[in-house]
Amino acid sequence: MRTLLAATAAAAVLLGAGCEKKSATAPAGPAAAPAPAPAPSAGNTVLIGEVFSLTGDKATFGISSRNGIEMAVKEANAAGGVKGKKIETRVYDDQGKPEEAANATTRLVNQDQVVLVLGEVASSNSIAMAHVAQPAQVPMITPTSTNPKVTEVGDYIFRVCFIDPFQGFVMAKFARDNLKLNKVAVLRDLRSDYSTGLTDVFTRKFTEMGGKIVAVETYNQGDSDFRGQLTAIKRAGPDGIYIPGYYNEVGVIAKQARELGLTVPLMGGDGWDSEKLFELGGSAVEGHYLSNHYSADDPSPRVRKFVADYKAAYGSVPDALATIAYDAAGVAIAAMRRAPDLSRKSIRDAIAQTKDYPGVGGSVTLDERRNAVKPAVVLKVGKGKFDYVTTINP
Amino acid sequence: MASIPAPLRGVLPVLLALVVLAGLQLFVGDLPFFVYVSSLVGVNIILAVSLNIVNGMTGQFSIGHAGFMAVGAYVGGKLALEMKDLAIAGLPSAASDQLQLLASLAVGGAAAALAGFLVGLPSLRLRGDYLAIVTLGFGEMIRVIVSNLEVFGRALGLSGIPQTSSFMMIWAWVFLVVLVARRIQDSAHGRSLLAIREDEVAAEAMGVDTTGYKVRAFVISSFFAGVAGALFAHFVPIINPGSFTFVKSIEVVTMVVAGGLGSITGSIVAAVVLTLLPEVLRSLFLQVGGLEGGAALAQKVDQIRMPVYGLLLVILMLARPQGLFGSREFWDALPRWWTRFRRAAP
Amino acid sequence: MGEFVQHLINGLAAGTIYALVALGYTMVYGVLKLINFAHGDVMMVGTFFAYAVARGLGRPANTSFLGVTVIFLVAMAGCALLGLVIERFAYRPLREKPRLTALITAIGISFTLSYGFQLDFGPLPGAAPRAFPEIIPPREWLILGDRAVVIWNWQVISLGIALLLMVALQSLVYRTRFGRAMRAVSFDHRTAALMGIPVDRVIALTFMLGSALAAGAGILFALKDTVVQPLMGLYVGLKAFVAAVIGGIGNVPGAVVGGLLLGLVEEFVVGYSASSWRDAVAFSFLILVLLVRPSGLFGRATAEKV
Repeated sequence: MRTLLAATAAAAVLLGAGCEKKSATAPAGPAAAPAPAPAPSAGNTVLIGEVFSLTGDKATFGISSRNGIEMAVKEANAAGGVKGKKIETRVYDDQGKPEEAANATTRLVNQDQVVLVLGEVASSNSIAMAHVAQPAQVPMITPTSTNPKVTEVGDYIFRVCFIDPFQGFVMAKFARDNLKLNKVAVLRDLRSDYSTGLTDVFTRKFTEMGGKIVAVETYNQGDSDFRGQLTAIKRAGPDGIYIPGYYNEVGVIAKQARELGLTVPLMGGDGWDSEKLFELGGSAVEGHYLSNHYSADDPSPRVRKFVADYKAAYGSVPDALATIAYDAAGVAIAAMRRAPDLSRKSIRDAIAQTKDYPGVGGSVTLDERRNAVKPAVVLKVGKGKFDYVTTINP
Repeated sequence: MASIPAPLRGVLPVLLALVVLAGLQLFVGDLPFFVYVSSLVGVNIILAVSLNIVNGMTGQFSIGHAGFMAVGAYVGGKLALEMKDLAIAGLPSAASDQLQLLASLAVGGAAAALAGFLVGLPSLRLRGDYLAIVTLGFGEMIRVIVSNLEVFGRALGLSGIPQTSSFMMIWAWVFLVVLVARRIQDSAHGRSLLAIREDEVAAEAMGVDTTGYKVRAFVISSFFAGVAGALFAHFVPIINPGSFTFVKSIEVVTMVVAGGLGSITGSIVAAVVLTLLPEVLRSLFLQVGGLEGGAALAQKVDQIRMPVYGLLLVILMLARPQGLFGSREFWDALPRWWTRFRRAAP
Repeated sequence: MGEFVQHLINGLAAGTIYALVALGYTMVYGVLKLINFAHGDVMMVGTFFAYAVARGLGRPANTSFLGVTVIFLVAMAGCALLGLVIERFAYRPLREKPRLTALITAIGISFTLSYGFQLDFGPLPGAAPRAFPEIIPPREWLILGDRAVVIWNWQVISLGIALLLMVALQSLVYRTRFGRAMRAVSFDHRTAALMGIPVDRVIALTFMLGSALAAGAGILFALKDTVVQPLMGLYVGLKAFVAAVIGGIGNVPGAVVGGLLLGLVEEFVVGYSASSWRDAVAFSFLILVLLVRPSGLFGRATAEKV
């Protein structure tokens, strides 16, 4: 009897506590109408929000992205911050689920009153975030979501990477024109929209250019045995295999492909860009190709410095996710410095005007659809590093 | 006390609830974060209470509830997407939206109920542990099917579903599922379920059609899971297979078990606590730790959530396996005059 | 033809791992009537122990016969200990309670282990996958046709080790006193207790044995797929459990047959039809078998006494 009452009382208190906190912080007004957003940066800090997957099976990507942003913020603060104010970040984990991404964004936008939101990696989660950020009129930049739908949600949503239709085209062109391939097999990640999106574009473009797709096989992110799919691909007799997945699986795929006697070139996208590719793939990854935003070979001091600083702070060479997230934060900070004041609308307008921002991962210019217009580079995997091959312009 | 006419007596609580909820809706309408979190809580309560009907009242091991939620979400969501540009003539758009929402809920729930029937009929003949694996497998299979079909958006998922759900709609359904569960519990039907739970062989010997009752419980439970899923699809901007994994099923099972198998109150309380706890902790750490330290601490909390969940399950089973409420309900604790009022036959 | 043989080899290799893990499941189910959901994660822990030892020994020590033996023994011993602790503190107190309680506990332990290992504080490895050291330097062993089929030395060695473990287990269960005690307890633990068999001790030892076997399976898995990561045990464990059920849970040869069959079916479905339906294969196969033979392929239909 007593436990019963105690437990119900506890729940009521929790509910009450929750309620109190929510109505105590000023409600943002009806979600549909533009939030008048009183300069939340009154005081000497300005708050930006981040939403990433810090747990779950996509944890490594979220953690990389967060690290990249952290570095950018730290550097900016060391240089005096933005308009004399220190930048503070609020990071929430969304466990890789869109409802939690929407939850975290709602909290950031309404409770924490951030001026800007950065996130996410997976396009589904970014779309969820965008649907909260747009009506609340909070500018949002996604570092690495590549599905075109993300920025279509509204004019407050931006991205600093190229979109699937471009990157898929890049590799199709390279495969056809440079490698002179006629028959290509594709091995895609079922659980990743990025991988599926690239597959769709690549198959379409490659066929348009006169090539033939001889097999399309699928795996799941997190799998470690790809021999069944690779054996089936081997049977189809391709002269190249397109694997638009992430480095965790690609390294192992390359190893198993070689083990099965597949010696044709493998091709991929920026999801390959990480030290882990070499750790997991060993020498099997050498000699293959990937499309990317930039070349770490790039002797520019900015790139060198970034790689060295990142390594010192986090113990490993940055992967593509960390690099592009660093640039996303950089674009945001540059916009905040350019903007006349730190209101959400001004920041949004400043971001929209980003032109030739000197990012580590390539120069960023945002087009009228708020996507980044950048050339892509094709790299060849060498011994422990990526070697520049060629540039392909949009 | 004025006697309530018989036909109205059944529906009265629902009407009362609707009035109360409408009032609350006016009050909380402009608190988007509160509405969002309370919607999540509401959906979890519906899931927990519906699962309780199978796991708690009937004593079966079903651990694939997220699969039925997924069926409801995708089917209801897809229907809503198709109907997006249509409106019912002659009604103000808000009413038309709500009617369309109700249609999606009904269809999503029905699809999930059908799935429940198809899964339940063959597997409820099997032993308890096997049912667990089959329901788990069903959940996984739904995910695979959805990930493969372009019509359901594959890995990206379905976006653009009209976000017409509201505080009132969700909590009305919470009320409904609790009412239905309660009515089942108090009825002869419910007593048969309890008999099956306590000793299936004896129940069969007493003439209870065990398979029939089990399947029925399964179907009712899946229906509400489907409704929960369809509601979910109407307030979350995009749904994809990642929201309906085995981990979600286990979260719901945890709520039912922690609350007490067979106790509706327990499921409600556990669902509320387990959904709100991470949010409360986040707020707490941010306030206590200040901006810098608090944020880092809140992140750590997010990271240790899953292992702590696991530990919680273990400790709970070791220390208090009957769950928080055992099989008691809070309405058992209501003062005598209320129960006498209810039972007073005109 | 070539790729058919290759598929056969791939399927058998995967199936052997499932079989080893399924053996652990089936043994524990036999004595405790419990689905030890955490079994796959115990395998994962064992693999990480092996990883740590192999890294600690360094090359070339970890490729020598002695080195490899040490790695196996340490990992298996470590897991046996883990199994002992789990049984003693989490399952024993729940022995007379309803099975759902123990099932929930098992799920709790599974989550604690797998998601706990994803954290990166202290000795915990963190979420990123790591390359398992090559303790058997790969060399091609047999090539058929024009590289149509390639068999590697470690595949043969792994098969040998798996067979060794299975034969050892078989002799233990059917030729020793302890094995007889185990079988007695799984048949009827109350009567076994009356016959003077120390039931608690037998159960604890069975658990330790199953866990050690899981560690062995984990190392073979790491040899095959070359990566280790904290969530690796979840799916392998689930599939192995499905394999055990297909073979008839509680039945030792059934677990082996179930495991091999599952490995083969998965491989052939992936290889010859759409690979995107791979995850659904195991469960569809299970449902099919259960519809036709509800107690599994080798299971005995037990009459439930009132």
